[in-house]
Amino acid sequence: MPNRRWFRLIGLSILFILLLGGCSFDTIQSALDPQAPIPRAQHDLLIWVSWLSLIVILGVGGVLFVSLIRFRAKANDDRIPTQSHGNTALEIGLIALATVITILVVVPSVRTIFKTEGRIQAEDITADDIIVNVTGYQWWWAFDYPDLGITTANELHIPKGKRVILNLASADVLHSFWVPKLSGKRDLIPNQDNQLWFVTDENTPEGVYYGQCAELCLGAHAYMRFRVIVDSEADFATWIDKFQSIAPLQASTQASVQLVQVDPQIEQGKLLFKQKGCGACHAIKGYSGGAPDKPNLTNFGLRNSLAAGVLEMPADDLELKKEHLMRWLRDPQEVKPTNRMPTLWAQDDPKADEEIAAIAAYLLSLGNEAETQASVGGNYGN
Amino acid sequence: MAISRRPAAAGSNLPGLLNRPTGSGLLSWFTTIDHKRLGILYVLSGFFFLAVGTIESSLIRLQLIAPNMKLLSPDLYNQMFTAHGVTMVFLAIMPMGIGFANYLVPLQIGARDLAFPRLNAFGYWVYLFGGLLFLTSWFLGGAPDVGWFAYSPLTSLSNNPGHGTDFYMVALFIGGIGTLVTAMNIIVTIVNMRAPGMTFMRMPIFVWMVFVTMFLVIFAFPPLTIALFQVIMDRSFGTHFYDPAFGGLPILWQHLFWIFGHPEVYIIVLPAFGAISEIIPTFSRKPLFGYPVMVLSGIFIGFMGFAVWAHHMFTTGLGAIANTAFSLTTVIIGIPTGAKIFNWLATMVGGKIRFTTAMLFAIAFLITFTMGGVTGIMLALPPFTAQATDSYFVVAHFHYVMGGGALLAFFGGIYYWFPKVTGKMLSESLGKIIFFLVAGGLHLIFLPQHFAGLLGMPRRTQTYFAGYGLEIWNSLSTIGVFVAIIGALLFAFDFFRSLKNGKPAGNDPWDARTLEWSISSPPPVHDFDHTPISTGVDAFWLSKHPEFDHTDEAEREELKKLAAEIDDHGIHVPGQSWWPFISAAMMFVGGYAVIYHNWTLGVICLLMIVMSTFAWAFEGIGGKHVHPEGSH
Repeated sequence: MPNRRWFRLIGLSILFILLLGGCSFDTIQSALDPQAPIPRAQHDLLIWVSWLSLIVILGVGGVLFVSLIRFRAKANDDRIPTQSHGNTALEIGLIALATVITILVVVPSVRTIFKTEGRIQAEDITADDIIVNVTGYQWWWAFDYPDLGITTANELHIPKGKRVILNLASADVLHSFWVPKLSGKRDLIPNQDNQLWFVTDENTPEGVYYGQCAELCLGAHAYMRFRVIVDSEADFATWIDKFQSIAPLQASTQASVQLVQVDPQIEQGKLLFKQKGCGACHAIKGYSGGAPDKPNLTNFGLRNSLAAGVLEMPADDLELKKEHLMRWLRDPQEVKPTNRMPTLWAQDDPKADEEIAAIAAYLLSLGNEAETQASVGGNYGN
Repeated sequence: MAISRRPAAAGSNLPGLLNRPTGSGLLSWFTTIDHKRLGILYVLSGFFFLAVGTIESSLIRLQLIAPNMKLLSPDLYNQMFTAHGVTMVFLAIMPMGIGFANYLVPLQIGARDLAFPRLNAFGYWVYLFGGLLFLTSWFLGGAPDVGWFAYSPLTSLSNNPGHGTDFYMVALFIGGIGTLVTAMNIIVTIVNMRAPGMTFMRMPIFVWMVFVTMFLVIFAFPPLTIALFQVIMDRSFGTHFYDPAFGGLPILWQHLFWIFGHPEVYIIVLPAFGAISEIIPTFSRKPLFGYPVMVLSGIFIGFMGFAVWAHHMFTTGLGAIANTAFSLTTVIIGIPTGAKIFNWLATMVGGKIRFTTAMLFAIAFLITFTMGGVTGIMLALPPFTAQATDSYFVVAHFHYVMGGGALLAFFGGIYYWFPKVTGKMLSESLGKIIFFLVAGGLHLIFLPQHFAGLLGMPRRTQTYFAGYGLEIWNSLSTIGVFVAIIGALLFAFDFFRSLKNGKPAGNDPWDARTLEWSISSPPPVHDFDHTPISTGVDAFWLSKHPEFDHTDEAEREELKKLAAEIDDHGIHVPGQSWWPFISAAMMFVGGYAVIYHNWTLGVICLLMIVMSTFAWAFEGIGGKHVHPEGSH
């Protein structure tokens, strides 16, 4: 009996090793592929403890295996084994061994805690730090840069190499901020000022990082995602400029007369945005006041994702961007069940396709004004 | 022995509202106050809810078999995992431990029932009605959808206007009453009703673990009850304990819940430790290695269980100092747990190991629990938990402890004690197949989930997207569920088959060591014809092998005299009673009154409960005296 069991176990382990060989651990939201100092420290701790754990499991398993073979009852052997009740020295020794393992686990852990988890006090914040007020809503994220006057949603841009300090707040229920490759989790709790900070360094590749809400917030919790974009200093400056260069609301109404906006579809979309009521919720700097507790769409055309990270909006694929945006506008519940974006067109509305295309064209033009002008008659013309 | 085993002379029969029933038909299962029958009811109810929880979990796993599945909507999915968690923790696994305790504690300490048999029946019916109340939420507008730890402010009326949350709060509130009274009952029993000679350090280890567990219940349930009460007040009467708009702090719920919630883990797992600690010595033909260390480590684990709650809250912003403190207290628990695992191994070393199904389950428990233990140590480290908490890594961890650990141990316990309870053997050959399916299935379900979590899959998410590398792990996990279910179905088949056609078991089929094996299978209604005596931890084994018994003759004679004194007027077998069932049923109805704010009904139920309590108190002694052959 024991032999069969162990053959089976060995077989299973081999199967698993094969599986592991065929599976990659550097997937887009993997904590096993850290790209910033804090997740690297967390990962190092995991690896260290995993080795210790493996030793413990193999030790226990090994002793068990040997005992089961060596001390199995043999047929027709009725002798009663020695009735030993214990062995004080052995027990003290084993407890001491467990204590040593515990210390080996705890020491690096505590060092990492104080390296990665301390709160940064107000007086320690430098002008170099990027400060962002993060507010969790069911089921999206507001990112507000108080020092830069920028408000955006679901995509956090940060410059490479800087320290990022997030002030976490929740507008409704609990949420949790998690970008495995850049930072561990921290909960967003109503009535509680939580802080999370992380840093990127020269080894952090620039680009898009995937994050997701990790604390149950009902409804579309699984769809409450976000992106962090690590920019070079120059790209970050350009990104800031795209926001800061937009004139505020009052000024823009006067200026709009002079604006050369030659694409009629975009013009139509811009009008529809207000007519269909989008502007009642969604702010667009310079055009729409919106509501403060709804996603801000300023420079929407720069986004890499849609509906809080649910649909991809790859910068180099305008067709896909448009297709995804139209799918979302047509039926938000199909893309992201239970979310609070209204469905604005009836199934059989004959004008739906045209209107949705126009609004999509307008939204995608935001932040891409120069490019859009150039491509009139191209992708966006039809 | 402070409590006399002999009630005052019968005859003081006051006129009762209902006569104490004496029947023995199906109806007598509702009025029984026999600890053995109630133990059976607990375990069967546990299996019923285990089946319910398994159906829920297989729907969850089907939804997750591939990315972007639409089998369950987000709302239904939230209800499904909430109901699964509550059902498994509160209605399936914990009651199984209590059921084992109910059946075995009196038998192992040589008593003839619990100290308060009717209270015991009350405890069972309250648990069952609490569970049924929870179950009916599915048919009355939907189960709760807030997760089994129901974090505030998800539970507030504005965030959750349906009745699901009320069902959660009220059902746990009611169930908690049942668990509390049973805990007190068992503690009183263990303290007062041990057989002559059974000092605390001669108690079977299972009894010890139950003893510790019941103290945990008494200290852990009040914080939960307070928190439940606060939310019921918030939702029913507009108080603002957890309303952020009025300065309420949602984090308070987390503290109160986990001060209960962490000990709850040990409430589930300590009886499992106890069962394992009986199975391994029996099938190694050796006494438990290091009995005093096993007892003390159990006490230490239970005690420390109250000092670790905030490790569930490492990412709530407690700060580096608090995280360090709670990390250290948690890791320390690894030491007594490690001692237990060493001692189980050392029990086998030098023994003569028989590979019965019960022993296979115990062996699987040992490995599985060690794996769940080391991931527990990992999760006690805040820097790692910052990544792993609320991910599938945690899901994998606690299922290794609860499912792979406690449940495997209870399966082992069923195989071990089924012959005693029914007088029939379960099939050993089928049992081995069942073992491989159940244990293998559990590992196939939960091992991949560690990887899914570390690859960025948060728990409680209704779906995942393609392209995140999560497909293979989730598919494997779902396959595992069906492997385990095949095992469970085979088990159910064999269970009923053996009840009818199993081989007769005899008194002591395993050459076991504790007192319950000294009596017939199934035991007579009065348990022991003669009050047994105890001269060591393995009292029955010592009586079979007096050459190992080093107690001196004088002491043994003294103990026998004490035992004879207890028996000299015959044995009083308690009667039956309707009142525990009726008062529990009134709580059940009253629960709906609270949920639906029907205060008239509520007051009626309250009056009925008060009335049944009076009727219970004054219904008279009932029961009868039996005189087994050879006693006076």
